Amino acid sequence: MSAVRRLLGFNLLTGIVLGVGGLYLGWYGGHWLVDGLGAKSLGYFGDTDQNDVSLFLAYIVGVIGFLVGLGFANYPLARLRGYPPSLREKEGDGIGRYFGLSTDHKVVGMQYFVGIGLFFFIAGLNAMLIRFELLRPQPNVWPAGNYLTLVTEHGTMMMGMMTSGILGPFANYLLPLMIGARRMAFPRIEALTFWLLMAAGAILLSGWFFGGIPTGWTGYEPLNDQANLGMDAYIMFFALVGLSMTLLGLNMLATVITMRAPGMTWTRLPVFVWGVISTAILMVLAAPVLIGVLTMAGLDRTVQTGYFVPAQGGSGYLFEDLFWFFGHPEVYILALPGFGIVLELMAVFARKPVWGYRLAVAGMLGVTLLSFTVWQHHLFVSGINADLRPFYMLSTELISIPTGFIFVCAMGTLWRGRITYSVPMLFCLAWVFNFLFGGLTGIFNSDTPSDVTTHGSFFTMAHFHYTIMGGLIFTFFAAIYYWLPKMSGYMLNERLGKIHFWTMFVAFNATFGPLFALGFEGMPRRVVTYPSSLQGLNDFVSASAFVLGLSMLVFLVNLVYSQLFAKVPAGANPWGSKSLEFQLPSPVPVHDFDRIPEIVGDPYGYGVPGSAVARPVPLPAGAGGQP
Amino acid sequence: MRRLGHAGRIGVAWLVSSAVGMTLVAVYLAPYLPPGTASKEADGQRFDNEVLTLVCIPIVALVLVYFAYVLIVFRARGDRTAEGPPIRGNVRVQTAWIAGTTVTVLFLAAFGTYELLGGAGGGQGANPVFVPSASAATDPPLQVQVIGQQWQFTYRYPSEGGFESAELVLPVGREIELHVTSLDVIHSFWAPSLGVKADANPGVDNVAYVTPTRVGRFALRCAELCGLFHGYMFDTGRVLTAGAFAAWVARERAFVAPVTRYLPPYATTYLPEPAFRAG
Repeated sequence: MSAVRRLLGFNLLTGIVLGVGGLYLGWYGGHWLVDGLGAKSLGYFGDTDQNDVSLFLAYIVGVIGFLVGLGFANYPLARLRGYPPSLREKEGDGIGRYFGLSTDHKVVGMQYFVGIGLFFFIAGLNAMLIRFELLRPQPNVWPAGNYLTLVTEHGTMMMGMMTSGILGPFANYLLPLMIGARRMAFPRIEALTFWLLMAAGAILLSGWFFGGIPTGWTGYEPLNDQANLGMDAYIMFFALVGLSMTLLGLNMLATVITMRAPGMTWTRLPVFVWGVISTAILMVLAAPVLIGVLTMAGLDRTVQTGYFVPAQGGSGYLFEDLFWFFGHPEVYILALPGFGIVLELMAVFARKPVWGYRLAVAGMLGVTLLSFTVWQHHLFVSGINADLRPFYMLSTELISIPTGFIFVCAMGTLWRGRITYSVPMLFCLAWVFNFLFGGLTGIFNSDTPSDVTTHGSFFTMAHFHYTIMGGLIFTFFAAIYYWLPKMSGYMLNERLGKIHFWTMFVAFNATFGPLFALGFEGMPRRVVTYPSSLQGLNDFVSASAFVLGLSMLVFLVNLVYSQLFAKVPAGANPWGSKSLEFQLPSPVPVHDFDRIPEIVGDPYGYGVPGSAVARPVPLPAGAGGQP
Repeated sequence: MRRLGHAGRIGVAWLVSSAVGMTLVAVYLAPYLPPGTASKEADGQRFDNEVLTLVCIPIVALVLVYFAYVLIVFRARGDRTAEGPPIRGNVRVQTAWIAGTTVTVLFLAAFGTYELLGGAGGGQGANPVFVPSASAATDPPLQVQVIGQQWQFTYRYPSEGGFESAELVLPVGREIELHVTSLDVIHSFWAPSLGVKADANPGVDNVAYVTPTRVGRFALRCAELCGLFHGYMFDTGRVLTAGAFAAWVARERAFVAPVTRYLPPYATTYLPEPAFRAG
């Protein structure tokens, strides 16, 4: 009986059932609105032959049904009916808590880890299919339309989903532990951000069924308006991601501002938390612009408002400006958590405090601030008014100053340290290498004369893969190898981890390094054909990309083997870290801290005998792991 | 000679590797840097790329040399849990770093702006600000309109009676004023070897300057995703001597005259058909 009740209660299953029901309801409701009302129908607006209205309604009603099915309406309804407020939902043991609305930040973190991982692999698979096509100069596998949809699905999913790639799993799980709190400030919103993201991912994939998405992740107008129904999936996806990002950022900021343990001053925050803070600021300020611009694009497509349609008095520049006003902070949303992780982990593995803590914080906040002033460097050849080009060139290059702070802090942290080469440390060192080249090639992109050649070419593509994949994904894996033992209680296999790291690092550079040359040779992004003289390099890149894909399989094998079969217990503190989260047992108990600790120092007391981060030390006596 | 400390050894290795790297780049790589020397603008960008590469070399050398040294010398030996010294910062190093990066960045921005002043081959919209100095009244630039549409470019020569050509033919040694526009969605006109790129927006006149300096063929293609057959939107153009160009214009103009009569009057911009959505 209880099993049946559990199955029919508010969980993923009911969410999917109500979500699909909502899809159909919205779809047929939309058709009724447009076609079924006779002369009074929305057909009045003309050009509704595609019926974007019904697809948008299907998505919206479907998402609402999905959320209701998961149980997001229960609490507000209960409050309306006069029940007392409660914070806790699905906080307990049992596998069921992972398949529904949970207000336990650790459950949400694990949900994010699996959910984001799933979409990361789908998007990565798209990249493999793209490289498969580019083995030959002429189209050989995919027709042009499918190729563009692959490119769009890869780019949009990576840029959308991976915004929460580190904040989702790791900040949700670890931020309360790091600042000495038992939960996030808004636990239900925390769960909402995750399930919105999952709904968004499914919607983006549904674009395949509606004629594909031909615009790439930038979705430029007026091609956006011209495109077939699949475009609505892109708009809905990114708007939902924007909503999820805004809420996630708000939640993070509110948590850090209001829920720090006594004694956790701003300068005692782990540097990773500063990475989260700066990312959250960007999310809160930039993502709403994305929601706005996509709402306008959606209205253009449904009720012919014409914001971006030149023939109706609109302007494609408006879209480009608004999109990149979000889009450039977006790339720092991807990069900044990595900055925090690199410094955090280097301190642990060099057995030294973070060198220049305040400089590092200033660097992250400087990047945050400057990233709002640079967006027109994406439009250097667009024909937009050229007066401000020197300004955007300057502001873009200025960002390398605060980014340089992170480099010098990493360099200083290692100085005279006792460096051990664990897998997480290797990934952090790879970040240094990758981000160095990613950052320096950015100078070519920001320099207006040089950008005339590199803009929209494989050079730019290689540049942002070096910064985003080399910056975000490498630190993402560093975080997994470093913190997953804390989250699951089991170590990842070191040997497989090193195989994973070296194949990934070498293959990554072999994949994206030659793309700089290809871009300089005149190969633009997102083309299904290319000059046959470039086939040699392209084949080399494709082969390297496949090895890169295989290295991800090594990781998957490692994950499944070490977490489900080998099960080597991690102990409380496998890395000898002084940070607060490692003073708790692994995995962390449901209520985190028995008593909220009083913070007496920062987590970087290396080299100082008897240094401690908190009093009382939260760990029960005798539960310490091996150092 | 006094024995060098850690910092001294890193410094020497850095200076040596920077000097070697910069020499190699300046001598062997610089002449072959893209986009080459087929036009004044391309050569300007090539020089720009050369300077940027030269500036990057010491930065790369510093970071790589430093990390290579530190990772080898300061690796943990013996007791892996032993902790390093609690060094939390160094005001002098931090100040020097900030000063060094700031100077480098400001130099790069100033240099880039200086290079930009001559036009640099990028599209500048209807009211160009950075006009090549050579555009004196004595030899007015040749206007050529580039009209993008899904999925090909058409070229119009307004000063030659406004005839249209499917092939881009340019005279050598003369400044060309490209007016790039589009009939439907955003395209981008890109001739990699000429160092010119300008987005083609519907309803917008996007001006870019280029002065070809070498006779021959060049590749051109669309560089902004413009829909289904974007990957097929490429072609080759020709740069001819002044005499050959005049002959080509005369021949082509006469050949397409019956068609030219039916073309709409020349305009710097065109708007797409109002209801152009596919599907």
